[in-house]
Amino acid sequence: MSEVMLAPTAKVEEKLFQNRYLVDAGRPHIKVKPHEIPSASLLSMTKICPAGCYTQNESGQVEVVADGCLECGTCRIMTRETGEIEWNYPRGGFGVLYKFG
Amino acid sequence: MAVEDKFDAIVVGAGPSGNAAAYVMAREGLNVLQIERGEYSGSKNVQGAILYADALEKIIPDFRDDAPLERHVIEQRMWTMDDKSHTGMHYRSDDFNEDKPNRYTILRAQFDKWFSSKVREAGALVLYETTVTELVKDLSGQVIGVRTDRQGSPIMANIVILAEGVNGLVGQRSGLRDEVPPSSVALAVKEMHFLPRETIEARFNLSGNEGVVIEAMGTITKGMTGTGFLYTNEESISVGIGCIVSDFAESNVSPYELLEAFKSHPSIRPLLAGSECKEYAAHLIPEGGYRAIPQLYGNGWIVVGDAGQFVNAVHREGSNLAMTTGRIAAETVIAFTRKREEMNAANLADYVKRLEETFVMKDLKKYKGIPALLDGNKRNFFGTYPVLLSKAMQTWFRVDGIDKKSKEKAIFKSFREARSIWGMIGDAFKVVKAWR
Repeated sequence: MSEVMLAPTAKVEEKLFQNRYLVDAGRPHIKVKPHEIPSASLLSMTKICPAGCYTQNESGQVEVVADGCLECGTCRIMTRETGEIEWNYPRGGFGVLYKFG
Repeated sequence: MAVEDKFDAIVVGAGPSGNAAAYVMAREGLNVLQIERGEYSGSKNVQGAILYADALEKIIPDFRDDAPLERHVIEQRMWTMDDKSHTGMHYRSDDFNEDKPNRYTILRAQFDKWFSSKVREAGALVLYETTVTELVKDLSGQVIGVRTDRQGSPIMANIVILAEGVNGLVGQRSGLRDEVPPSSVALAVKEMHFLPRETIEARFNLSGNEGVVIEAMGTITKGMTGTGFLYTNEESISVGIGCIVSDFAESNVSPYELLEAFKSHPSIRPLLAGSECKEYAAHLIPEGGYRAIPQLYGNGWIVVGDAGQFVNAVHREGSNLAMTTGRIAAETVIAFTRKREEMNAANLADYVKRLEETFVMKDLKKYKGIPALLDGNKRNFFGTYPVLLSKAMQTWFRVDGIDKKSKEKAIFKSFREARSIWGMIGDAFKVVKAWR
């Protein structure tokens, strides 16, 4: 049975659920460096990351869970000047595996 | 696997530019190693996607025999949208139903896999699931090979062709080029919606493998510089939207909410009705144009494709520029390999000289003023004008007992009030200047 996906759902988790990933468990390819107060650029990632990987915790720091990462590089480019993120490609073969691209 | 040998060339990346470069060099007998971080060529690649036949024909003339093509494009719809309407300019021609069609919709994961199989058939060695981590240089600074996350020892080559895409980590970390600023790249998000092919054909007035593409601009990007698109594939529809990254950050708009709003637009929603979404993708597009092109060659290295900012954002062209730069880079390398000359910067300058003779550099030069123009006028171009146009159309077409002369006056008044005569003349002047 085909699932109708037309109701406007702004839940990114439901979108990511369609995708294929090979998660490199325990070796995240994106890390947020320890910080007290995030820059405006880093904070903006909680809104503009297309995979919703970034959240702000209760004490104000920005955290990343990169399992659903689409490897676009937006966060890398946004924080190029502040250097708040360590961004690498996943190890060869890991990460998102686009079926259609 | 014997990777201790020295290769004539190493190609980093297996997208359209890397595949073009590796294919052309391998076909001409060079000893080529290509390294791709994905499980297969295409597994990390995202595009709308439209394939422009000409660029591929110059590499694989008979590609139509077995390449996975979706539909050939016979109709182009350009839409200017406000929240409830679109004003369209459509061009459809039976001339596009030709023996060798000019444009096709494709699914990149499948197309790239096919292209990669051609690269292997041509004789190149392709390593998948392997990420290049750094360039290896000798004491003089000449690039002599690469390191990967698989092999302990470096792999050596006379030249490294960097076809590593928009993020281009290897080249940036080696100091070959600067990081791309958020104002020079667009973030595009896209979904694949599946429908029976008969439904697509009925909905878009198509028969057989005919296809339609829609490019849209207007209030759909909420005042950001960007466009939406919808392409018909054989049994699916690619729908997406992209805006400049710095605009996303300033507006604090979530890309997937923007895509949801675009999909829910009354002009788009019926086209997707009943479809099943099977993938959600995101990718950056280098849109800085001519002025953002970095240094393209040096001692032992050449940059091709998105890593070199080779995208014509105005015409939504990128993969054809990628393939062409890959081919030209390969031809440059082949020439110096045969002459047994060194792959130094002085010789490799020939790559850019060759590119200057092609549409790639000519088109990018033509539109060099466009990115700055759009950035400086985004509120008007992606907000004010689309709304004015839509209102003018509605005033004009609605029959309500008001005489036409009064309607004309009302339309002119709305434009004057929103943007003043001098504002409009200034905008027109700026567009003409940037376009020429």
